[in-house]
Amino acid sequence: MPVEFRTGAWLRPLRGLAVVVSLLVSGVAIAESVPGPNAQSAMPAAEDAALEARVKAFAYNLRCLVCQNETIADSRAPLALDLREQVREQFAAGKSESEVRDFMVSRYGDFVLYSPPLKASTLVLWFGPALLLVAGGAWLAYRLRSRQREQAPQLSDEERERARALLKGSQPNSEESRT
Amino acid sequence: MIPELGHFALILALVLSLVQAIVPMVGAHRNRMALMAVGRPAAQGQLVFIVIAFVCLTWAFIESDFSVRLAATNSHTDTPLIYKITGVWGNHEGSLLLWAMSLSMWTVAVTVFSRNLPEAFMARVLGVLGWISAGFISFTLVTSNPFERLLPGAEQGRDLNPLLQDPGMIIHPPLLYMGYVGFSVAFAFAIAALLTGRLDAAWARWSRPWTIVAWVFLTAGIAVGSGWAYYELGWGGWWFWDPVENASFMPWLLGTALIHSLAVTEKRGAFRSWTVLLAIGTFSLSLLGTFLVRSGVITSVHAFATDPTRGLYILALLVLVIGVSLVLFAWRAPKLAGGGSFGLVSREASLLGNNVLLAVACAAVLLGTLYPLFLDALNMGKISVGAPYFEATFVPLMTPVVILMMIGPFVRWKGDDGGRIMRKLALTGLVSVVLGIAIAFAIGHVSVRTVLGLALAAWVVLGSMQLLRSRLAERPGVAGMVRLRGIPSAWWGMWLAHLGVGVFVIGVTMVGSLNADLDVKMSEGQTAELAGYTFTFRGATERAGPNYDAATAIVDVDRNGRQIATLTPEKRIYRAQRMPMTESSIDVGPFRDIYLSLGEQVESGAWVVSIHYRPFILWVWLGCVLMGLGGIFAACDRRYRRLAERTAPATAANAKQAG
Amino acid sequence: MKAKFLVPLALFVLLAGFLAYGLTLNPREVPSPLVDKPAPAFSLARLDQPDQRLDLEQMRGKVWLLNVWASWCVACRQEHPFLVELSRRDIVPIIGLNYKEVRGDGEIDARGMALDAETALAVQRARGWLQAHGDPYTWSVLDIDGRVGIDYGVYGVPETFLIDRNGVIRYKHIGPIHDAVFRDVLLPKIEELTRAG
Repeated sequence: MPVEFRTGAWLRPLRGLAVVVSLLVSGVAIAESVPGPNAQSAMPAAEDAALEARVKAFAYNLRCLVCQNETIADSRAPLALDLREQVREQFAAGKSESEVRDFMVSRYGDFVLYSPPLKASTLVLWFGPALLLVAGGAWLAYRLRSRQREQAPQLSDEERERARALLKGSQPNSEESRT
Repeated sequence: MIPELGHFALILALVLSLVQAIVPMVGAHRNRMALMAVGRPAAQGQLVFIVIAFVCLTWAFIESDFSVRLAATNSHTDTPLIYKITGVWGNHEGSLLLWAMSLSMWTVAVTVFSRNLPEAFMARVLGVLGWISAGFISFTLVTSNPFERLLPGAEQGRDLNPLLQDPGMIIHPPLLYMGYVGFSVAFAFAIAALLTGRLDAAWARWSRPWTIVAWVFLTAGIAVGSGWAYYELGWGGWWFWDPVENASFMPWLLGTALIHSLAVTEKRGAFRSWTVLLAIGTFSLSLLGTFLVRSGVITSVHAFATDPTRGLYILALLVLVIGVSLVLFAWRAPKLAGGGSFGLVSREASLLGNNVLLAVACAAVLLGTLYPLFLDALNMGKISVGAPYFEATFVPLMTPVVILMMIGPFVRWKGDDGGRIMRKLALTGLVSVVLGIAIAFAIGHVSVRTVLGLALAAWVVLGSMQLLRSRLAERPGVAGMVRLRGIPSAWWGMWLAHLGVGVFVIGVTMVGSLNADLDVKMSEGQTAELAGYTFTFRGATERAGPNYDAATAIVDVDRNGRQIATLTPEKRIYRAQRMPMTESSIDVGPFRDIYLSLGEQVESGAWVVSIHYRPFILWVWLGCVLMGLGGIFAACDRRYRRLAERTAPATAANAKQAG
Repeated sequence: MKAKFLVPLALFVLLAGFLAYGLTLNPREVPSPLVDKPAPAFSLARLDQPDQRLDLEQMRGKVWLLNVWASWCVACRQEHPFLVELSRRDIVPIIGLNYKEVRGDGEIDARGMALDAETALAVQRARGWLQAHGDPYTWSVLDIDGRVGIDYGVYGVPETFLIDRNGVIRYKHIGPIHDAVFRDVLLPKIEELTRAG
């Protein structure tokens, strides 16, 4: 959950920058003369827009079971619509996110969660990247230390000759290939 | 008749690919010039026959020959011509043919542009490519024959999936395949070098431009695919961490590591076994991607219709190609020790660090993508791994990559003074952090991710400017233009690509922090507000497209009382498949996109309109364009061109540098 | 040959093994967490007499199958002859859960339709279908809005649950039942559960 702040007076030195950036992003932060709702205003598609936003954010982390691989928020499959409705009703009834999550998992299993719960079987999944990073770091440290100790590169005469031959050897062949 | 001609041409191509696979290899082994020389004509002839096969298949689509099963299931007489043509690769069989054609084009490109390679080396490269080609063409012919007849022929076709009837389909698959398949060249060079035991600076210099060009194609392919998903799927997302997207992203990550590792091998002769392993790994991941998309082991929105025999065939191919090359690696690589020594603070060390991080990031994506399969195979339950997981693991892994990316170019080869680098970059780092926090406050969205993203972006942009300045300062007393022109193309490539990462990070951070969405019911004359814009619904009209019927809404967009755009989102019903599609309408701007899609019509006659505000989203793709341009500049560097010229002094100079 | 250079090969062999095994699995089949848990309670209108309801409790003491079906479901038509045949053999009572008969049909726009009208239409369609294809069900019940379906974690029709005497779900089959599945999987379980009681 991002913490949102409004630019306050105590940030006066940053005001100039704020104006510039806000102009760039088309006036999100700076208050504007937004006309209030009137008779011509379109109705939000959902009766409770705030609830709808919560439902959407929540459904974004649920997987639609009938579709190949879509979130319940995006899918147009009938089951996804039903489940979105379930989420909406339960939120409206005051249920918490973890309660609704449990509701889904008890019916469809962990499969329905795009963010797998941390349990014995997912330890490797969640800690694998960190372990790999540590392993990679250790290998890197080992390589760097051994490299420092190594002698300056001394190509043997033979190797040097071979490299030269490899590059020079191309001439006659390339002549041939032109024909 | 024409489909049979195509089928026959493909069989001939298979024969030629086998000739290319075997004869030059034998020739190289026995040192017989005549046998080695067979490789080039075999490869070129093979391309001719694959192109004939491809044209024949395209013909069946254009002519709506529905006695060809593939055309009957993927085309329709009313389909617009361009989508009849792209329909050829909008399915498993045809896209496989495109795969084979890309491979053949790369092979012929190698025969044309690398004419100065030693004949024995070239013979082995062509042999390796021939084996891969034979594998894929036989896969096409045996399990997925695109020319299969339908008897009796269908009256009418079932049309191409409406999702694929889009300009994105014209360029996305060809670009992506050119990228995927292009890594086969780096792979073939690596295998040929392992076979001869000659993995030296010359080898790195030969394979580097090929790797970069393949990487440019892949970058472009992924970017176009993401842009396509953005405007086609109707809700303004641009990356979903779907297994198939990951399948294209993994070779990109490892390919990026490979490009950097090749730089060290080319300049300093170090990291040789690591570079070879990366070359094998990158192409292996391309093959793995092909397997994942076509075998059905993993569900994805993009997957082709699946069939277990196909899965088995590709898996066998995978095991052969990757298995044999890794055995070869285990056998030959131990002899590759050596290379130069370098200090803890050196260009080599920073590039190696970047390599390790990229490889770990790639492994994390692989782990997340395949973990559901692992658990299922071990009978430990079914789970889904999606965006929340990848966002939580990938961002922390890429952060040090981006930081290191701006330090590396300041550090000298072999060894440098850590204190010097620190003094040089401390101010830049400090200013970046301050800027990150300040901008986050200014846009009114302070979160760890926003601050981190903005600080990283500032770090890259400021670092790039500083890098350019210090590069120009290297030759004091020379006129500015001369100094600019004196910088090699490869350096510009590096600079642009790194700057592109910064631009990309700006886009990702801003759109992730400030996007806004609104769903409203609108009838004529009604207005809605979002992010300072006023949207006025002007009504909806019906319209008949070539193979669909559409309802088009007209929405005026105003800002501060001034009209800036009229958007026309559509809802289409494609007649043949009765499939509804939303066709979004976007006002693209440098600092924001206004994105409208049309939902259902509700009882009152009003329409549900989804309004999406996407700040800085263009920068996501602008960043990719800069990275791609960087690749092009790097590949065009004079030293590679000089390599292609056959002037004696240049080659000698190269040899001296290489030694 | 140094061991560390064999690491990539070993990792790949492991991966290939998983991929090969993965080919035999169906990634779209999601096992139900409800197996070995009490069947969710329901009380739904009966298809034969919509003014009467069937309760889960009424099935207590029996080993029975709950088969999820709908007239718009193509795969149901495929398994139906087997179900009819099974009902003749009188091995196990089958209760049909008619799932979203009207609003589940993509061809019908059920929005704005009153519940009464929708129920009437559902009854008419479902009865017509059973008349045409045979009725294997002891009773069928109407899950008009699919809520009981959600409680049972239904995600694709047809699905079949095996429920024991104590009302505990013992097995779930996703997709059409056919001879082999019944003989090899369901029948042994049914016999075991019947004996156990």
